[in-house]
Amino acid sequence: MRLTCPLCGERDSREFYYQGAASMLNRPPADAAGQEWHSYMHLRDNPAGEVRDLWYHQDGCGSWLVVSRNTVTHHISSVDLIGAQNAG
Amino acid sequence: MRFSALKVLKEGLTGNKGWQPHWRNPEPKAEYDAVIIGGGGHGLSTAYYLAKEHGLSNIAVLEKGYLGGGNVGRNTTIVRANYYLPGNSEFYSHSLKLWEGLEQDLNYNVMHSQRGIINLFHSDGQRDAAVRRGNAMINQGDDAHLLSREEVRAKLPYLDFDNARFPIYGGLYHPRGGTARHDAVAWGYARGADQRGVDLIQNCEVTGIDVENGKVVGVQTTRGPIRAKKVGMVTAGRSSQVAQMAGMRLPIESHILQAYVTEGLKPVIDHVVTFGMSHFYISQSDKGGLVFGGDLDFYASYAARGNLPGKEQVMEAAMALMPMIGKARVLRSWGGIMDMSPDGSPIIDKTHIDGLFLNTGWCYGGFKAVPGSGFAMAHLMATGRPHASGEKLRLDRFETGRGLMDEEGTGAQHNLH
Amino acid sequence: MRVDGKGRIDREAPLTFRFDGHDHTGFEGDTLASALMGDGVRLMGRSFKYHRPRGVMTAGSEEPNALVTTRSGTRSDPNVRATVQELYEGLEARSQNRWPSLGFDLLGMNDLAAPFLGAGFYYKTFMWPRAFWEKLYEPAIRRAAGLGALSGKATDEIYEKAFAFCDVLVIGGGPAGLMAALSAGLAGADVILCDEDAEFGGRLLAEAEQVGDAPAFDWVQDTVARLNSMDNVRLMTRTTVTGAYDQGSFGALERVAHHVADAAGAPLECFWRIAAKRSVLCAGALERPVAFRDNDRPGVMMAGAMRSYLNRWGVAPAKSLAVFGNNDDAHRTARDLAQAGVHVAALIDSRADAPNLAGDVPYFPGHLVTRAYGRRGLEAIQLRRPDGSQFKMHVQGLGVSGGWNPSLHLSCHMNVRPEWRDDIAAFVPRPDAVPGMRVAGSACGQFSTAECLKSGAGAGQEAAQDLGFAASGPQLPDAEDAPYRLRRLWAVEGKGRAWLDFQNDVTVKDVVQAAAENFASVEHMKRYTTQGMAPDQGKSSNMLALAVLADATGRGIPETGTTTFRPPYTPVAIAAMGAGAQGKTYAPERFTTSHDDSLPNIEAGLWYRPSYVPKAGEKTWRESCDREVQMVRSAVGICDVSTLGKIDLQGPDVGKLLDFVYTNTFGSLKPGRARYGLMLREDGFVMDDGTCARLDDNRWLMTSTTAAAGQVMRHLDWVQQAFCPDLALRFTSVTEQWAQFAVAGPKSRELLNDLLDQPISDETFPFMQCGVVSVGGITARLFRISFSGEHAYEIAVPARYGASLFETLVSRAEVLGGGAYGMEALNVMRIEKGHITHAEIHGATTAFDIGFGRMIAAKKDCVGKAMAARPGLIDTAREQLVGLRPVDAGGEAPSGAHLFDAGAEPVRENDQGYVTSTCFSPSLGEVRALGFLKNGPDRHGEVVKLVDHMRGIETRCEVTDPVVFDPEGGRLRG
Repeated sequence: MRLTCPLCGERDSREFYYQGAASMLNRPPADAAGQEWHSYMHLRDNPAGEVRDLWYHQDGCGSWLVVSRNTVTHHISSVDLIGAQNAG
Repeated sequence: MRFSALKVLKEGLTGNKGWQPHWRNPEPKAEYDAVIIGGGGHGLSTAYYLAKEHGLSNIAVLEKGYLGGGNVGRNTTIVRANYYLPGNSEFYSHSLKLWEGLEQDLNYNVMHSQRGIINLFHSDGQRDAAVRRGNAMINQGDDAHLLSREEVRAKLPYLDFDNARFPIYGGLYHPRGGTARHDAVAWGYARGADQRGVDLIQNCEVTGIDVENGKVVGVQTTRGPIRAKKVGMVTAGRSSQVAQMAGMRLPIESHILQAYVTEGLKPVIDHVVTFGMSHFYISQSDKGGLVFGGDLDFYASYAARGNLPGKEQVMEAAMALMPMIGKARVLRSWGGIMDMSPDGSPIIDKTHIDGLFLNTGWCYGGFKAVPGSGFAMAHLMATGRPHASGEKLRLDRFETGRGLMDEEGTGAQHNLH
Repeated sequence: MRVDGKGRIDREAPLTFRFDGHDHTGFEGDTLASALMGDGVRLMGRSFKYHRPRGVMTAGSEEPNALVTTRSGTRSDPNVRATVQELYEGLEARSQNRWPSLGFDLLGMNDLAAPFLGAGFYYKTFMWPRAFWEKLYEPAIRRAAGLGALSGKATDEIYEKAFAFCDVLVIGGGPAGLMAALSAGLAGADVILCDEDAEFGGRLLAEAEQVGDAPAFDWVQDTVARLNSMDNVRLMTRTTVTGAYDQGSFGALERVAHHVADAAGAPLECFWRIAAKRSVLCAGALERPVAFRDNDRPGVMMAGAMRSYLNRWGVAPAKSLAVFGNNDDAHRTARDLAQAGVHVAALIDSRADAPNLAGDVPYFPGHLVTRAYGRRGLEAIQLRRPDGSQFKMHVQGLGVSGGWNPSLHLSCHMNVRPEWRDDIAAFVPRPDAVPGMRVAGSACGQFSTAECLKSGAGAGQEAAQDLGFAASGPQLPDAEDAPYRLRRLWAVEGKGRAWLDFQNDVTVKDVVQAAAENFASVEHMKRYTTQGMAPDQGKSSNMLALAVLADATGRGIPETGTTTFRPPYTPVAIAAMGAGAQGKTYAPERFTTSHDDSLPNIEAGLWYRPSYVPKAGEKTWRESCDREVQMVRSAVGICDVSTLGKIDLQGPDVGKLLDFVYTNTFGSLKPGRARYGLMLREDGFVMDDGTCARLDDNRWLMTSTTAAAGQVMRHLDWVQQAFCPDLALRFTSVTEQWAQFAVAGPKSRELLNDLLDQPISDETFPFMQCGVVSVGGITARLFRISFSGEHAYEIAVPARYGASLFETLVSRAEVLGGGAYGMEALNVMRIEKGHITHAEIHGATTAFDIGFGRMIAAKKDCVGKAMAARPGLIDTAREQLVGLRPVDAGGEAPSGAHLFDAGAEPVRENDQGYVTSTCFSPSLGEVRALGFLKNGPDRHGEVVKLVDHMRGIETRCEVTDPVVFDPEGGRLRG
């Protein structure tokens, strides 16, 4: 598997650390209800198809990335810095 | 038809003409007392125990592909009861007891081979953890022995004791651990369930779960609607999709776990051996292939195939631990879809919908759990109460933080197992 | 036997070799199989289950029968395909899976018991009595099973791994692959062309045909020479592309030195990871047999292989041969053999209406071969005439062709199933089955040479065009363009056993029986009969088995479907894919600047640290450890702590970030001060702990534990980028840039003041102070922090000064009655002080559990705070940190032991906790331990039962506070 880091270019997946669903970016406020925290931490759509996942260019520039990828075909349609995602 | 040496002999002498189908191909009925979604190991064993232990006979197992086509036919066949946290301890202990005697129970040789598992450790810290685990196993009533480095060497002389990057300090030995012939487990339960009247319906994909007034009433399938009083979702690898039909979001992410088999070789590895410095576990099948595996590929996937880095990592661990297998050639690798729960442990529980039950989150541990999972799931579905062996496998433990079963200590959150 | 005038072997270069102890002679250019055939050997192996005598069946890596063990001792290499093994002088090979000899194999009696050993027999028996499975049945089965044997020792041969990158990867160097490489190469693309054979040419190496107006092989040589002259084309022979993976990743195995007696320093094999923007699959096609009774006799082989042996190696399996097929291609074998002067006793074609294309050979259209005779070598065949009558014909060799299957394996590695083509009765790849991959030549069912050349050129050109190269494509030479006609024939009906999977001994009967037992799905059939699960993965047999199953279940072949094609295409040695990992190179080794190889060093993650630092005369680690503890407690000790993770954070907003990642408050920390901090994972459990020092207004230094350094860095990146991207700060890891040493003990300040350019005092450097100091003119950082519980400092200098500072510190310490101390002493002192390490914060403990619940500041949010507040995580019934003291004389409290109420049975239901760390405390003169106990803080003073079944220890322990040495902390402040 190869990913195109927005800063470093196309790299082997060996350079990256995988974190999981990009919904982890939507951290609830500190005083949110337990149920909201539970949903944020544990519950997942986990689709067989298009996902937005977090990857970290650990052996590269240290950027956290949002990767749009298909979990059935492994096709990657986009890779963005998480900052760019937040701004968008 | 009962299987026996005599039967094999008799059939052999008469041209093997008398063998019967191991199970029927029934048409789905309009209504069942219980429907199990998923004809894998866990679904089939659930149906079997529902019939055998609870006297239900009007049961269907709905399988979208072929029986045993999921992870029960795609794993490294290891059977063990070496957990240390409450919940897992009693569950896997019970499952192992069911394995012991499964051939006689099912009248099917699943080749359960208690050849012993040795978990190696490579530091003082790992030894302490192994001792804690071994003591928990004894406390549970199972078996465990602490092996010194020299005792490991006597059993496994082929390990790299001389030049290893991470020296072998010793091992935790679980003599009752071992392996089984994975497909046969599915087939044995299928045949047993079929003989007790369970309808095993292949090529029947569930496309919807019908709920009325908070109570499950049936399922929609590619072969038409089927009414049911109780429905069990036993679809590891597709749990999230099936639960979604009932409006549920599960604490599950699906990952790829690859496994490998080499060409057939004369006997060379007599136990199940695991490496302590990386995920690597290996045994030799009765046919002679070295069967081994390692860590997840570490990205959510339903592709049931993996990539090179995962493969290389496992082969590297193999070379680090037992370089004598370097000349063995890997014949085939495959990928299973793992339902990864946040704490790495399974879930057998009711849902918020009356009559709808959930069995998921088997992570790496599904195969050895097949008997115990079916037994506990059947008990829950039949009686509405959890069986003692499975009462801690609760769905709400993540929300409450009570009874988390994070055996690895890597975290009760996703992607750390 | 050798056939004069045929083959491209070098008859001037004879090579001697040994097979099963007998001397043989072959020639340069031979494979082991062709050389044995040239020497008249037909029997080369035994089958897996019935131990049937077997001869060579194919001329390639798909070989099911002729598997041998080459070389000897630790270099012994099992399951080598004799058809792939190139001959070299002195080659040694042995047959496998037979005892006592290949000619007479005792387990050959399994064949007599075949009626009882049919499909899945073992699922139905060996169940009684239960205890016999592990003791009797399984060992017997294991001994009988398996093929070759491993030596049981590691080899000294070298294996390697490498990466390669290209625009266009061409897989297979036959006519299609050569043209694909040429057209992509001419367009300017970077091309890698791989072929598993020792030379390029593919099927053209085995055919007597023309390309252009020259023999095909001349065209091959010209084309290879042309490719070789192009800088942008890399040619790799003996290289099998084994798997296709995501985003144009491929695995490939290069057999670098299997063809020479002595690798002379070269690796035996190299496993390549190839990243290709586009690929062209030109893997050719594999011939499939026809099943008939005893079709596995040595001497029965694939017709195309027989032609290869003749044309490429100048050998034939015997003097009198026959060819049996259902397609035109079989005729070519008969034609070439006859033209070479080999006696062709019969060309048998199942098609009654097929014209004879073989010339002057006895032709039997509409006939079927119904049986082969000759246990250790073919003696005769039985034919059935169109009218049903049968007759016997004496031949010693039979070429069989049931048609050709495109080698589409790689195109299916990403789960896309192939599609059925009725006209060629075979599966072909679907377009775009692998993103970026095109398929050309016979791999996509284009069987004539002309079609191969054309489709190869087209695919190479298109691949280059995709990437923006302007490609016009090379000229296509004239070539053989005969139509490929066949009429499907899978199995000849009749009595007896007809083999499908030669390796695993699966017969037509087995598949039919599986279907009768309702193993009707192709996957069920495969798994029940083991069809296609042997080393050849059913390359020649799966199609037949599938067809037989389709017939038996009354379905068509497309509805029956195929099993899954999985990598690797051909088996790959673990040593190749795991190259580089044997021994010390499994993982990087990290050394501190003070590293001393003569000390008893232990692994600490990837680092090495000294366990203890023995003095002359000390015999055990305990002696050294006890001395070192007393030394630190009474004088001064030096310990290298450089392995701790160090992160340099700069910017006005660092405090805000720290407030969010640590449970406790940091923003208020004054410059020149350090503070202990606790980090949680977002799930509320403890991730790590360490100190963080504010060097000046805008500069901070965070330390993490050695084990969690990488995780903490990743975590900081995550928190900053995900949740506070607008904070004004930057940070980077400086773990390797600084060497850091603990200077601990009542004489630590005395030592330092002897060394520092400006002395320090309690006033200028109180506990938890930090600052810049100067040592011999070198700028250093000093931290007054303590893990030992003593008055202590850590001093850090740029790593290049580390070795010399350590040496200086130790020698000064020795003058003061101190010296260096190791990990054991460090551990003892921290247990005495109740300080936690990853033995306690092992990933499943909370701040609450370790008694730091109040360190989660109430007034601010931090990572993990919400989850840590879950009711289950603050339940007093949780196991919480306590100290433990054995109350019985000589009592031990080993780590890993479990805790129970004093009178309780040691069973799970009564489990109260466990021990995490233990030591003999020289300071207190007794064993002390840390552990977790349910409701522990409320149980100080209680006596509990400690049980370690593993070591047979049961003892009573008093529960204490975790801090048992200098609980008021006077020593570290004083």
